[in-house]
Amino acid sequence: MRKYVPKDNVQGKAYYTDRFHVVPSVPREKVEAGSHFEEVLTALGADAKENYIEIGQLVVHINPEDNFKVMKTLKETCGYTQCSEQSAVDYLAKDNAFELFWQLLNVTVAKRVRVVCRLANGAAIESVQPLFRSANFAEREMFDMFGIKVNNHPYLKRILMPDDWEGHPLLKTYPLHGDEFASWYEVDKIFGKEYRDIIGPENRDPAKVDVKDTKRFSRVGYEVPFGAEYSEEEQDIEYSETVLVNYNKKESKQLDERR
Amino acid sequence: MAQHQVNYASSAGLPIALTSVDKLVNWGRSNSLWPLTYGLACCAIEMMASGASRYDFDRMGTIFRASPRQADVMILAGTLSKKHSEFARRLYDQMTEPKWVISMGSCANTGGMFNTYATVQGVDRIIPVDIYLPGCAPRPETLQYAMMMLQKKIRRESADMKKNTKQDLTTQTGKRARLI
Repeated sequence: MRKYVPKDNVQGKAYYTDRFHVVPSVPREKVEAGSHFEEVLTALGADAKENYIEIGQLVVHINPEDNFKVMKTLKETCGYTQCSEQSAVDYLAKDNAFELFWQLLNVTVAKRVRVVCRLANGAAIESVQPLFRSANFAEREMFDMFGIKVNNHPYLKRILMPDDWEGHPLLKTYPLHGDEFASWYEVDKIFGKEYRDIIGPENRDPAKVDVKDTKRFSRVGYEVPFGAEYSEEEQDIEYSETVLVNYNKKESKQLDERR
Repeated sequence: MAQHQVNYASSAGLPIALTSVDKLVNWGRSNSLWPLTYGLACCAIEMMASGASRYDFDRMGTIFRASPRQADVMILAGTLSKKHSEFARRLYDQMTEPKWVISMGSCANTGGMFNTYATVQGVDRIIPVDIYLPGCAPRPETLQYAMMMLQKKIRRESADMKKNTKQDLTTQTGKRARLI
């Protein structure tokens, strides 16, 4: 029988996993009454769904359609003026949705808030670029890597991969070595598809050794000239006399004294 | 004033030196190798160090040129991403013949540690390479040695570039790759 390979996650796995391994988790604390984060939650009102504190940071879950409203409140009412990071996590295999997050920073009180939402596969999110300029590139990267569309973005196009690239590389369904399109990208683009046969597929094996290939490899004891036909005829091994130097011939003065 | 000593015994009493056109042309070519100022990744830092005063490429007649039209050596120093491969090839095409290529470092040779979807797995997939320089990153001495090996190679080959074989690796399919 052929080995089962899940189609929804083609990422490399560790070849050994401990049966009794427990995934470490960060303790989640409740928001204390009278703290700064409680004021934040009051300002957000009903938009804040599940919320807790992880390593001194407030994590707020919201509905994806409220993201602009929540971000505006956080910026204008609560003083979270910086969006330091924004991206997504692929949970398509588990529940056909992405987890989007925005990491916000308030520099006056030195507090951070992470806004998290679940976005269904194929749905679009509203851009927060009018509030945070950093979201411009972050949203483009999210579009490039996951294919998540962003509404009202000023210039939504790929940022890391070339414009004519196919596929979104950070999806779990995208193999690390690339798909068919990725592996022939440079050949197709520069020479055309008919050059695929001539140039050949990529060598993905870093330890590949071909004994018959006398242009790249030379077998010790069976050497042939560069590019000549491979032969099984044994060759004499010549040893260089200059390489094997006896450095211990002269005894140093210090050694003599010790003796 | 420099005095040129003439060995009258060997040149039939005449102040001349006899050589072949190949040797004369290759003498000129090999001693004025002008690489393109073109860095891709961290290997380029080592390339810059080779060009600077401590290692001093200039004493070998190797002067970095800012235009591919004035350069005759391309040093591919670093990781070549698939997005950039098109532009690297275009720069190579813009260089005038005769031209040579040094692939510097593991990433340029084979893709190195970047065994991923976004990296060209060896620049010889798109550009014919004369000298493969191993290392991650190679020291400036190593790059100088590669340059000297290239000089040696040039001195060995014919002045007529049509007679010289470019990279000609037999691929897995058995066909002969010939990138010009």
